[in-house]
Amino acid sequence: MKAQDFRYERPSTMDEALAILADTDQEAQPLAGGQSLMPMMNFRLAAPDVLVDLGGVPELSGICEDNGEIVIGAMTRYRDLMASEMVARDVPLLAAALPHIAHPAIRNRGTLGGSLALSDPAAESPAVLLALGGSVDLRSASGQRSVAADEFFFGLYETARQPEELITAVRLPKAAPGHRFGFYEITRRHGDYAMIGVAVAQAPDWRIAFFSVAGTPLRATDAEAVLNADASDIDAAVAALASLEIDGDRHGDPAMKRHLAGVALRRAIGGMS
Amino acid sequence: MSGPLTDLDRPNSYIGRAVPRADAARLLEGRGRFVDDLQLPRMLHAAFLRSPYAHARVNGFDLEAARAVPGVHTILTGKDLEGVVEPYVGVLSHLAGLQSAPQMPMAVDVARWQGEPLVMVIAESRAIAEDALGLIEADLDPLDPVTDPEAALEPGAALIHDSLGSNLAWERTVDVGDVDAAFAADGVTTVERSFTFGRHTGVTLETRAAVAAFDPSTDQLTFWYSGQAPHMMQFIFAKHLGLMEEDVRVIAHDVGGSFGIKIHTYGDEVATAAAAKLLGRPIKFVADRLESFQTDIHARDHIVKGRMGLTADGKIAALEFDDITGIGPFSMYPRTSAIEANQVLNLTGAPYEIENYRARSRVVFQNKNLMCQYRAVGHPIAMAICDCLLEDAAREIGMDVAEVRRRNLMADDSYPRQSASGMKLADLSHQQSLEKLLEIMDYNGLRADQAQARKSGVYRGIGLVSMVEVTNPSPAFYGIGGAPIASQDGATVRLDAGGGLRISSSVTEQGQGTNGILAQIAADRFGIPIDRVRVTTGDTDTVPYGGGTWASRGAGIGGEAMLQAAVALRDQVLDVAAVMLQTEPSKLDIRDGAVTDLDGSERMTLSDLARTVYYRGNELPSDMKPELVATRHYRVTDFPFVFTNGAMAAQVEVDVETGMVKVLGFWAVEDCGRVINPMLVDEQVRGGVVQGIGGALYEECLYDEEGQLLNASMADYEVPMAAEMPDIVVAHVETPTRTSELGAKGAGEAGTGGAPAALMNAVNDALSPLGGRIHQMPMTPERILKALGTV
Amino acid sequence: MTQVSMTVNGEAVSAEVEGRTLLSDFLRGNLRLTGTHIGCDTSQCGACLVHVDGEVVKSCTMFAAEAAGTEVTTIEGMANPDGSLSAIQQAFQDQHGLQCGFCTPGMVMATASLLKENPKPSVAEIRDYLEGNICRCTGYHNIIKAVLAASGQDVDAMVAG
Repeated sequence: MKAQDFRYERPSTMDEALAILADTDQEAQPLAGGQSLMPMMNFRLAAPDVLVDLGGVPELSGICEDNGEIVIGAMTRYRDLMASEMVARDVPLLAAALPHIAHPAIRNRGTLGGSLALSDPAAESPAVLLALGGSVDLRSASGQRSVAADEFFFGLYETARQPEELITAVRLPKAAPGHRFGFYEITRRHGDYAMIGVAVAQAPDWRIAFFSVAGTPLRATDAEAVLNADASDIDAAVAALASLEIDGDRHGDPAMKRHLAGVALRRAIGGMS
Repeated sequence: MSGPLTDLDRPNSYIGRAVPRADAARLLEGRGRFVDDLQLPRMLHAAFLRSPYAHARVNGFDLEAARAVPGVHTILTGKDLEGVVEPYVGVLSHLAGLQSAPQMPMAVDVARWQGEPLVMVIAESRAIAEDALGLIEADLDPLDPVTDPEAALEPGAALIHDSLGSNLAWERTVDVGDVDAAFAADGVTTVERSFTFGRHTGVTLETRAAVAAFDPSTDQLTFWYSGQAPHMMQFIFAKHLGLMEEDVRVIAHDVGGSFGIKIHTYGDEVATAAAAKLLGRPIKFVADRLESFQTDIHARDHIVKGRMGLTADGKIAALEFDDITGIGPFSMYPRTSAIEANQVLNLTGAPYEIENYRARSRVVFQNKNLMCQYRAVGHPIAMAICDCLLEDAAREIGMDVAEVRRRNLMADDSYPRQSASGMKLADLSHQQSLEKLLEIMDYNGLRADQAQARKSGVYRGIGLVSMVEVTNPSPAFYGIGGAPIASQDGATVRLDAGGGLRISSSVTEQGQGTNGILAQIAADRFGIPIDRVRVTTGDTDTVPYGGGTWASRGAGIGGEAMLQAAVALRDQVLDVAAVMLQTEPSKLDIRDGAVTDLDGSERMTLSDLARTVYYRGNELPSDMKPELVATRHYRVTDFPFVFTNGAMAAQVEVDVETGMVKVLGFWAVEDCGRVINPMLVDEQVRGGVVQGIGGALYEECLYDEEGQLLNASMADYEVPMAAEMPDIVVAHVETPTRTSELGAKGAGEAGTGGAPAALMNAVNDALSPLGGRIHQMPMTPERILKALGTV
Repeated sequence: MTQVSMTVNGEAVSAEVEGRTLLSDFLRGNLRLTGTHIGCDTSQCGACLVHVDGEVVKSCTMFAAEAAGTEVTTIEGMANPDGSLSAIQQAFQDQHGLQCGFCTPGMVMATASLLKENPKPSVAEIRDYLEGNICRCTGYHNIIKAVLAASGQDVDAMVAG
């Protein structure tokens, strides 16, 4: 299968990229590694007129610390995140999730911003963002804004990002002493999209984000409330997952997935450090 | 083993040795010759509009916009091929009563499965053809789909073919002994189980692919394809495109996996050949992965109710089952889609002494992709029915599963004989294979480990299977029923002037190492270093006539033909040498590429001999007619099939919270008779095991009730990958077949046939302390948790 | 159409291609380097692996235009300079780490990348690293052995059977 043809643009600055996206006469789609977008284009589920390759925009890559947050440029590749000492030290939840993301060859191209922009409901990084309560920096030709994780995910492949906007960076709170994190996913095969997965943060309030449960990653707020009241009452936290609106998929009906969610939560908490 | 064929001390003794494949270097350097690598002058590319519905009336198409796309050359519909392609029907006379309907390469009036070709766009590139596909307006009226095979047989069910009057394609029953009395006898414990075997498919890493070129000046069609049976395809194109067989050349160079997928008549490939004939230009069609999942034949899809009675001392009193299998809307041409059901009836219980056996199979049309012969045809069903019932029954009476086999396996000294279903069996070693298996796996050690693990809440299980595999088929498989499928194969061995051997064979190479073992056999029997042997397979213009490689027949049949040809050429060369050296042939030998005395001292190189014959015939007596080429053909006689046997075991650990199964270990003892190359055969067995693990744990073509395939990509259809697979230990018992001098039986399908039963037994062994049991494949986490009552 | 130039197996190449041209299409179609294979369209199978600037990537999931200015190595560039098989290729032949050969170029490219990062991988590390490479013929067993052999480790001591 072949993608529908498009005009390929490779801007070398962010402003150039934003200018192309601002032209609403054409459907322009940013290309940020393309590891999920390209299969969709091959199936012609995505067919932009213009593809804006962000690979030539150096200012979109890099990892730095800013005011207690770790700021990750949207075009930072998973490979670079895995190699980053800052990520390992200051965002251990992301570090724990990275090896579960696809395969080495995909991690060599795939980017954090690209993954969040597409927001596949089975992907790991949206749930990590949500569990950490981070935010997403967006910019268009006419301005910039930051959107909190809780407001970023709208629906299946739908996010707060507008077509003329680029994700420029992702902001994740820096872990402090005493914060604990857990990550667990269940896959049929190593590197597959998860049957279910969960990212858990106690920093110091609990935030729990499931993925592969619905059209978006979902926070388990009732379970969080249970644990905020009594961090040892894991049984009650698992019971509180009853309120999650979980969809079935080819791996199982909603009851099966809810059961797995409970198992994953227990194991994630059991593995917290 | 001893005997002349494994005299490893002799020069050029290659049979039985782990000789690396010469082909491998080429493939490792990226110099393979796969179909999509081929570029011909003026070549066009085809893409197909396929039915989005499982069942629909085809009213017509608006092709105007598609035709207007620059680079689009021709667009053909199913109607356009009427009169160009003669319809085909997948029936065989020895499967009495089998019915199917005439089939065209692309649907004409009614589309009957999602993915059936409707329209072919031929363009300057595949991408342009796909651009045009998107602009075709198809006028289709959806019809009620019939997807469930049991519902398809209900009175009043919609008919897939009105002309056939029923959705039942074929039915066969076997009834031996007195089954009812045996089940009713005192002291017999009966277990009854309902099995479900999901659909899966071959997922050859190279998709189906074809390049068809037609020369109107000579009426000759050349068809390069990724396939297993060139001569069969030659017949099919000749018959259905109205050509002379001698004008059809079919070439299969490197084939990127086949597993039985690439041995059938696919509409898109026939349409490609037909279009090449109509246009007089080469046309390439390469299936993409979506097309592969929707149209490569699927396999299995059985629902079976079975029961077994076991006496108190663990003897099988009786075995009975009722099988129903869905085959899609047509019986596949020309092999038919009834062979698998036939095999299930033939093979179930074949390793064991069973006097009372009754079985029925019904083969049913449905609106899903066609089902047909894939690796280990019928075997995983047959082995699972019998061996899973046997282990469940043994558990019921408290008997160890190895012990219950000892009490029921046919004795190694009881051959030749028949199975309960009437199969002729010879040269098998079930008892020896089982004992060897128990030894290499350390059965008692694993049982101790299992008991220990359970104390800490870890659920491990061990499952066994004793199995037979159908290999080296005689004409009784297909030819007897009228199929254009050769059961015999030919081999030609030619001594060239340089002293090297050029060999060719009608069996084909799909990665098993066929070319390598043919070279081993020829070099060994003729007496020449293997690096002086060159092999040709996969070209109907240049190889002898034969069946190709399927049904685990390449080594056993093609290998024996090669052995006979090499021996014949050796005798011919020695006749010439004896005249030239003025001695008797019996006083000469061929070793290491030279004619020698019996003590090995060199008398003349083969090159000297050949150059004399070819260049300086004047030096030879005028009445001498030297022949430096020999051809021999071979077929199996006296037996319909050459059965092999094996014993396999799986050790699994079930995560009873998630339902995930981890395969901790797998052991296979295989008796494929003479082992020609242990390195090749061991990995063939392992590859088969991994496909068996796939069918048991992972792989399933998931359809919804409307007949829509839900997981037609490699992301959603899970084939086994390295991280989840165990080390697989392979050992052999070698009982050569009496049907050939080489003594080789097939080995390629054993793992796929046996592993699923071993896995199902292992999982049930693990679940048994919790009271759960599962008889549905694949054994997914959800099904395991349902079996445990967790969800 | 887009003009792309890159270095492939040490040679400078240049062509005008459609935007949608995948790197794999460019290698196979424009350069006729047909050792890079397409098995899935969805980046699961790994038959299309090549190295771009020394890193392993799926060439079916990268547009040719994205590779402009890079150094690409394909399976055709993996043999020793004298044309003999590289240590990895030789190990695959010796250990019979291939059957049909369709996945093999990807396996070789993945192995080269693995051994660069981890010169003495364990069996588990090899199996994990190959999570993006499907072989449908072998039992993976001999592929694992080939990678061990290529890394100079004691194959028989590390793999059963």
